Amino acid sequence: MSRKYFVFVILIMALTLVGAACTTGNGDTAEDTTAEDTTSEDTSGEDMAVDGDILARVLERGKLVCGSRTDLAGFGSLDADGRNVGFDIDLCRAVAAAVLGDPEAVEFVPLTAADRGPSLQTAEVDLLSRNVTWTSSRDAQWGNFTSVWFYDGQGFMIANDSGIESTADFDGATVCVTSGTTTEQNLSDFFRQNGMEFEAVIFEETAAVYGAFEDGRCDITTSDRSQLVSVRSGFENPDDYTILPDIISKEPLTPAVPHGDDAWFDVVKLVIYALVNAEELGVTQANVEEMKSSDNINILRLLGQEGDWGYTDLGLDADALARAIAAVGNYSEIYLRNLGPDTPLNLPRGLNELWTNGGLIYAPPVK
Amino acid sequence: MAETLSADNQPHDQTRSIPFYRDERVLRNIAQAVSAIAVFGLVYFAIINFFRAADARGLSLGFGFLDEAAGFPISESHIEYDPSMGFGRAFLAGLVNTLMVSGTGVIAATILGTIVALARLSSNWILQKLALVYVEFHRNIPLLVLLYLWYFAVFQQFPNVRDSIIIGDNLIILNQRGLYLTWPRLTETGNIFAISVMVGVIAALIAFYRLRKTREISGKETYYGRISLMILLGVPLIGWFLGGGSAFSVDVPTIVGFNYQDGLRVTPEFAGLFIGLVMYTAGFIAEVVRAGIQAVDRGQLEAAQAVGLSYFQVLSLIILPQALRIIIPPMISQYLNLTKNSSLALFIGFQDVFGVSKIAINNAGRAVPVFAMVMVTYLSLSLITSLILNLYNRRIQLVTR
Repeated sequence: MSRKYFVFVILIMALTLVGAACTTGNGDTAEDTTAEDTTSEDTSGEDMAVDGDILARVLERGKLVCGSRTDLAGFGSLDADGRNVGFDIDLCRAVAAAVLGDPEAVEFVPLTAADRGPSLQTAEVDLLSRNVTWTSSRDAQWGNFTSVWFYDGQGFMIANDSGIESTADFDGATVCVTSGTTTEQNLSDFFRQNGMEFEAVIFEETAAVYGAFEDGRCDITTSDRSQLVSVRSGFENPDDYTILPDIISKEPLTPAVPHGDDAWFDVVKLVIYALVNAEELGVTQANVEEMKSSDNINILRLLGQEGDWGYTDLGLDADALARAIAAVGNYSEIYLRNLGPDTPLNLPRGLNELWTNGGLIYAPPVK
Repeated sequence: MAETLSADNQPHDQTRSIPFYRDERVLRNIAQAVSAIAVFGLVYFAIINFFRAADARGLSLGFGFLDEAAGFPISESHIEYDPSMGFGRAFLAGLVNTLMVSGTGVIAATILGTIVALARLSSNWILQKLALVYVEFHRNIPLLVLLYLWYFAVFQQFPNVRDSIIIGDNLIILNQRGLYLTWPRLTETGNIFAISVMVGVIAALIAFYRLRKTREISGKETYYGRISLMILLGVPLIGWFLGGGSAFSVDVPTIVGFNYQDGLRVTPEFAGLFIGLVMYTAGFIAEVVRAGIQAVDRGQLEAAQAVGLSYFQVLSLIILPQALRIIIPPMISQYLNLTKNSSLALFIGFQDVFGVSKIAINNAGRAVPVFAMVMVTYLSLSLITSLILNLYNRRIQLVTR
């Protein structure tokens, strides 16, 4: 009898503890979630400090953990030697070169579309560079979006023998789409707005989406146009498929960092600005060393030869941005290497031209 | 002298207690308490840690998002759903899909598993070996591989819509986008008939059991079989004529635009998941059933055969009722496995409750509450399933007096 009583008391005690934990936990979150995010101050436990200080974590580890993908030629894929290559990958390497001095000091974590958000929320990755569309709700929920890396828009790809000539013929069609993307929402918005019906076939893995489309499971597939171009280049008969000219959404593909470390947020933005400024100023991977003795004062500032572009405050060294450029080249070089005319993708730069050439690529001055 | 006597008596003295550190009961209680504190401490730490981390990372834990428009499509829904409806509705649509596939899957896997088990026990050498191969194949290959195999290598390879395999006058149509069957559909007046069928079945069951009981108690012939059969057929017949004799219309699949419409449709995603799950689980069920049957004493079989019962009589009257007692408990865990494994659906594009939830996590970012909902859902499904089967199990167990 007494033993039963004893266990009962223990149980009650434990339940009270759990209950107390729940209520305090809930109370805290209700007040704190929005207010305390960015200040990253933490009074209760030391273990939290790690999350708040990503830059320190990266330096200590000597490695950048970069959320990426391996299944999208041009943006993130593996080359013949199994090395990660791509437009998004090069940004990770540039950041690693700037912060750690070594473009190879990156651990790439392949993520599906649906895993991207949680990996950022839990700070599992230091940097998410995996063609993520920047939206306001993701900015609030997932992490800090740095600076647009590629301006894109959603389009449609059809099989030429499907009989579809324009979006007007879409009613009743079957559409293959990746789950957990803005694409999926834009798709249903588009059909709803135009009063048309569709049947969605939804997969989590990009490869499954396009595999099913190529097999003929769907009449249409939809995604960012750059992605469609990339995917089509890998099809058995790329000429049997057409990407329609319609663009139904804005897709600013933007690298993001976890909430909570302003310095780290600044570092990643700065690297992007530096790569864009390098293109503007004509600094390339090849000439970065000789440009250090250029007579252009903006180049000297970019390469850390004159003034302080902010490195002292961020705890980096003057040469950091120069190293990033030396590692992967300027924005234009990265673009041409991964997406340009010499690649199977052959994506025209379009919106991703420099602002001086009629595009949207524009970065604050580095000084 | 008196002193030594009392010293000798000490061990037998009930009033003086053993020191607590040697008292087995006290030690036991302490051990219990320590382990209880350790376990609950761990749980307590995990919960505190979770809320702290959620707090530090700004994860929101509320459920208000359930009413926000989901915004994403669901490929097949058996309840009314469109993307402008709330996420709660999307979750429900996913749940119905999960229930559909696991409900039908459990029944089919049980039937298939039993057949395979009987084949394994058969005296026919080829049948026996075939069943063995079946069981070993399905038990030793991961389910996900089987699902990929069925979906991508089988169902995706059917002809496209224009080259559909058509049997009869659009009676059965098979293509890459599904299996379409001509199917009767209830007309508007058909509801009367549908209700009358239900009433008939219930009334017949009540009549059957009550009249049979009367017969068992009084020994009087009540013709329970015939009477209940008459009710079973008679009530729907009345309903049929009340409804004007046209309860059904025939629903023929026809091609409209890109796809066939109407008729009963089975999508390749559902079919791939269903067949993969059923085949896989049947491999395990077959072993459970075989073990149950073999556990019935051989003498029972020999005795039944000696009395002159036929093979099916032996099976249904002697072997299976006894085997069932051994089969049910492990069978419960197979049913639970099937239900839980159905969450692999998202890999082959069938949108079950987990697939829908993952999309919602991505769109709304509410990973914590959504995962909590998913866990509670699967937990409830599992607990309900085992509760029902445990009740059944208790009923069929031997009653010992």
